[in-house]
Amino acid sequence: MTLMSDLNIAGPDALLAAVGLAGLLLCAIIGDRFAPLMRWLVVIALGVASALAFAQISWGHVDAFGGLYRIAPVTSFAKVVTYGMAAVTTFMSGGALRKQGMDRYEYSLLTVFAAMGAGVMLSANDLMTLYMGIETLSLASYVLAAFQRDSVKSAEAGLKYFVLGALASGLLLYGSSLVYGYTGATNYDDIAKAESSVGLTFGLVLLICGLAFKASAAPFHVWTPDVYEGAPAPTVSFFATAPKIAAVVVLGNVMFHTFPLLQPGWQGIIAIISAASMLIGAFGALMQNNIKRILAYSSINNVGFALIAIAAGQSAGEAAVLVYMTLYVIATLGMFGVVLALRRGGKAVEDIADLNGLFKQKPGVAIGMVLLVFSVAGIPPLAGFFGKYQVFQAGLQANMLWLVLVGAVSSVISLGYYLRIVWAIMVKPQSEPLDRTEWPVATTVLVTGLAVFPVLTIGIQRLLDAAINASGG
Amino acid sequence: MGGLPILSVITFLPLAGALLIAVFRAFAGDKASAAASKPVALIITLAAFVASIMALMQFNPALSGYQLGECAPWFGHNATVCQAGLPADQVKGVAYKLGVDGMALALIILTTFLTPLVILHAFKSVEQRVAEYMIAFLMLETLMIGVFCALDLVLFYAFFEGGLIPMFIIIGVWGGKNKFYAAFKFFLYTLLGSLLLLAALIWMYNAAGTTDVPTLQNYPFAKDVQTWLWLAFFASFAVKLPMFPVHTWLPDAHVEAPTGGSVILAGVLLKMGGYGFLRFSLPMFPDASLLFQPLMFTLSVIAIVYASLVAFRQTDIKKLVAYSSVAHMGFVTLGIFSFNEQGIQGAIYQMLSHGVISAALFFCVGVIYDRMHTREISFYGGLVHRMPIYAALFMLFSMANVGLPGTSGFVGEILTMVGGFQASTWAAAGAALGVILSAVYMLTLYRRTVFGEMTNEKLFDIKDVTMTEFFILGLLAISALVLGVAPALIFDLTKASTVDILHMIGRGAP
Repeated sequence: MTLMSDLNIAGPDALLAAVGLAGLLLCAIIGDRFAPLMRWLVVIALGVASALAFAQISWGHVDAFGGLYRIAPVTSFAKVVTYGMAAVTTFMSGGALRKQGMDRYEYSLLTVFAAMGAGVMLSANDLMTLYMGIETLSLASYVLAAFQRDSVKSAEAGLKYFVLGALASGLLLYGSSLVYGYTGATNYDDIAKAESSVGLTFGLVLLICGLAFKASAAPFHVWTPDVYEGAPAPTVSFFATAPKIAAVVVLGNVMFHTFPLLQPGWQGIIAIISAASMLIGAFGALMQNNIKRILAYSSINNVGFALIAIAAGQSAGEAAVLVYMTLYVIATLGMFGVVLALRRGGKAVEDIADLNGLFKQKPGVAIGMVLLVFSVAGIPPLAGFFGKYQVFQAGLQANMLWLVLVGAVSSVISLGYYLRIVWAIMVKPQSEPLDRTEWPVATTVLVTGLAVFPVLTIGIQRLLDAAINASGG
Repeated sequence: MGGLPILSVITFLPLAGALLIAVFRAFAGDKASAAASKPVALIITLAAFVASIMALMQFNPALSGYQLGECAPWFGHNATVCQAGLPADQVKGVAYKLGVDGMALALIILTTFLTPLVILHAFKSVEQRVAEYMIAFLMLETLMIGVFCALDLVLFYAFFEGGLIPMFIIIGVWGGKNKFYAAFKFFLYTLLGSLLLLAALIWMYNAAGTTDVPTLQNYPFAKDVQTWLWLAFFASFAVKLPMFPVHTWLPDAHVEAPTGGSVILAGVLLKMGGYGFLRFSLPMFPDASLLFQPLMFTLSVIAIVYASLVAFRQTDIKKLVAYSSVAHMGFVTLGIFSFNEQGIQGAIYQMLSHGVISAALFFCVGVIYDRMHTREISFYGGLVHRMPIYAALFMLFSMANVGLPGTSGFVGEILTMVGGFQASTWAAAGAALGVILSAVYMLTLYRRTVFGEMTNEKLFDIKDVTMTEFFILGLLAISALVLGVAPALIFDLTKASTVDILHMIGRGAP
């Protein structure tokens, strides 16, 4: 294999790396004056990378760099969504960045590197590549979390994320080294052939811990509410979408394709993590008043749902994971659009009470938010329901009725806070007026709102087919 | 009207109206859109009513099975569900599939009949956020009709569950003082039941490969499986109906909901539970239905007697009527689970009759609530001196609720009891006790509010019903009387579906 064909296979990631590095070089010379222009360039680059990944879905399984890197339809599908989400969050964050004094070129470029890291970890076919991808994503994310330098909370969020993230990386590395020690390999294909042994199981458990941290699954979720609350809203809108789907799909990928022989072992672990995430995500937010914290718990809860499908195993669950996470991140994207729209006198407000009477004031955004909230809650006929349907179906196929019932109970509990959001928007009298919503934010909210209903409700078959084809079903 | 998909038209016409008003609302101001939304909503709902009557014309009540069918594949890999004439084991996938039998059509007409009345009533009694009120009720109408048209479990579930959203908002925005508690309780209670239904239907999809209702009605589920699936469906329908002991959300929701919300809740939404039992539980899980017959009888009788006693002790008129609804729904489940023609015909009849009567009673409560803004029974008294027409109409509906011969209430109660008697003497005896108790609480309510001296000064200048109110209550009174003296109108329509259901549980005529 020549370098050129390798780069062609790694095209989307290579493009982002090139854009990121060239952008750094350029901006080091011309400075922050061109930050808005840089942001638009980044949006376009991420969009192009997403399109390239889309083209690669039909390539099937192709290896590059001597087997360290592999594109597969499933991971290419996830990459399309990851890059797409990164593009849209950057697109809609412009106004917020400007008002929060964060409109510097590093922001867009860090987003590019983070997205590229997510792409690399998706396409990894070797534990070393996986680690490199995760670290690229993480390092960029730590900086993004602390990006609002004059805010104590932002700095605190960055530090917390960094310390806990470093611990998780350590666990991941330790797990990798155990796996290497007991199989003599870091390549997924070679590990997949290895017989089960105590050491390998330990390695697997540590790997799961590391990956669950990235996906913010319980009991490795503790950082999520704090980081979501402290980090600036544009950053969080990125954290909650692009890396989220990547992390969950990677976790599934590693389980399904790297440890197929250990399935009886990891199934139980993932099932327990899933149940814990769903319950913690449901109960945790009941008493919260900060919208970003609520959305953090909501994401823990939703990752728990996606893990039902992973616990169900590859044949039942791989497509369901893709469908679920795609629908979830689309709705989350819109909800963070609403969070970005919440400013009063230029300052971001993020209490649930600040949504009061939103319907009177911004009917379009408010209806969009109500649709998105009900979609994430999984109420039909909104699209999120079909995600829940798919993961429940996978769970029942794998005879995990108890897990499905835990999911059902947790979604009733989580309705407790979703309904509070709707209540504030529709019922409560209006509080002080909010600032004008910028058009990128309004567009994002409306488009995602229309996507969850009625576009994806009617056209859900397209998404299902795409996911099933990608998972080779 | 050859190629027109009439059921889709009835279902989505109100939604189209809601969108129309929403678009107008977005461009015009509050006042203009409030004024314009009233006639638009009324015309749309009347059009839906006319369309449902047209569907009735096209419908042949003599045929068994589902008519006016429509089908389009929705999701599921390699869906074949819309191809006609496939053997049952090759039907795969989930479809947008509509179709009605006599029972469903009757309930659809009930829905399209009540909604225009609710809209008309709102002309005067709703003052704030009028356009939104109309939008909410139009959306709710679409979802309610969809429930009765759907011949696919997932589609049914989507309509069934989707109805929670507009109802939540209706209680929330236009509700009374304690609306937060009532709206949340309503939503969460119903949702928990529904999610068990969802788990069961996904299980059935995994087993049968489809959620097509006619296919599943003939699918041989194993006996022990049936038990679990039946219980999951029961959880959902029992909450919706509502049955003792999961009825407690209903009085709260009724008390806090605006008049229109109560009318629709009692008139149509409760019927979804009974409809669900008849459409799904009995045909799909016949063995389990037989197994649980004693349980259902026990719960029905408890509901009838207990709810009647509780109703007697209420101080709030709406709560009293709400508990009376719980008791009357007890007759429905008694009839359904008697597994004979009288019982099931009676149950369907009771649902329709209760739809009219309870709607009328809630309108009656609305009339005096709009004037005095209280529902305390002790506040009223002697209304007959100032409101003779109201007193007469209220009398008629009270009698109908008690089940006086000549009103529709009588037919439903007597038939469900006849049916119940054939299956279990004790159950029918308990239900008969409920008939007496219903007279006790209704007559007491009537005496305390309408008769006697008018002692409360605030009531001295209360006005009798307006033209609009008279029109609404008059229409409902005519319906209650016509159904009471000519029940054959309904029986002819629902006969074939009853025979179908009995056939599927293997107990009826061939």
